[in-house]
Amino acid sequence: MNNPPHFKGFRPIGLSEEHNPVVINFEEYEAIRLSDFELNGHVEAALIMGVSRPTYTRIYESARRKVAQAFVLGKTIVFEGGKVYFDSEWYSCINCGCWFNHPEKELEIKNCTLCGSADIEQYHQGPQSGSADDICICPTCGFEKVHLPTAPCKSEICPKCNCQMIRKGTPHLHGAGNKNCN
Amino acid sequence: MKVAITSTGNNLDSSLDSRFGRCSYFVIYDTISHSTEFIPNPNNENIEGAGSASVQIIASRGAEKVVSGEFGTKVKSLFDSLKIQLVVLKDPEKKISEIIKLLNHKN
Repeated sequence: MNNPPHFKGFRPIGLSEEHNPVVINFEEYEAIRLSDFELNGHVEAALIMGVSRPTYTRIYESARRKVAQAFVLGKTIVFEGGKVYFDSEWYSCINCGCWFNHPEKELEIKNCTLCGSADIEQYHQGPQSGSADDICICPTCGFEKVHLPTAPCKSEICPKCNCQMIRKGTPHLHGAGNKNCN
Repeated sequence: MKVAITSTGNNLDSSLDSRFGRCSYFVIYDTISHSTEFIPNPNNENIEGAGSASVQIIASRGAEKVVSGEFGTKVKSLFDSLKIQLVVLKDPEKKISEIIKLLNHKN
């Protein structure tokens, strides 16, 4: 997600203040931008966002439904949150509900910077699929390449010996299914 | 230590401004002398660059912490390099006086 919207939403003309707006997540906004504005195919768009193709289609579908709902029912659209990854350490305070970051990495954080409560927790990023650890490896010659979330390792062919590749670190029979590949 | 808070008005009963670069006023609160200073934001009508210009104001006052509703991506990296701490409060109803009270709780 590299282009967050620079405004916070849309409001229909001629209607009074709407109290239950349609909330569009940043990833849904990004899906519409990639597919309908930059006219990427779902496979390319999924690659750009770093998710699998089915996941991308799901995000995109949900985004379109929300837009249609807002459009037909005259609802306000608000851009908000979603699964956004932070680039530095963030903490949240349970007592006052604030979020704060930690520019001085050397000092340990024990209390909320705003209210002083010790009831804080660090924001932990969940495990991501398609991370840099995913590598396709050729079981025959050991050639490695970075796994693409859109293509299973089995569909990759080793450029050196034309063998079917597998995911690195998975147990496998040496050269299984690769009888004629050398 | 000085703390900057974004405010919608120029008194302690005003509420927190959820925008950082285009807020109406900055409040500079000194946690040692308990003094407050209200600075009108000259950038709140800017179409571009309001965030970075506001960072300069805050940095020139020597604040070490900034409380606001949200920060843009450019602002975030600027504050990171200046080692100024960001505090995000997702409660636009909070009054400046309440935030100052919270700050005084600190140990």
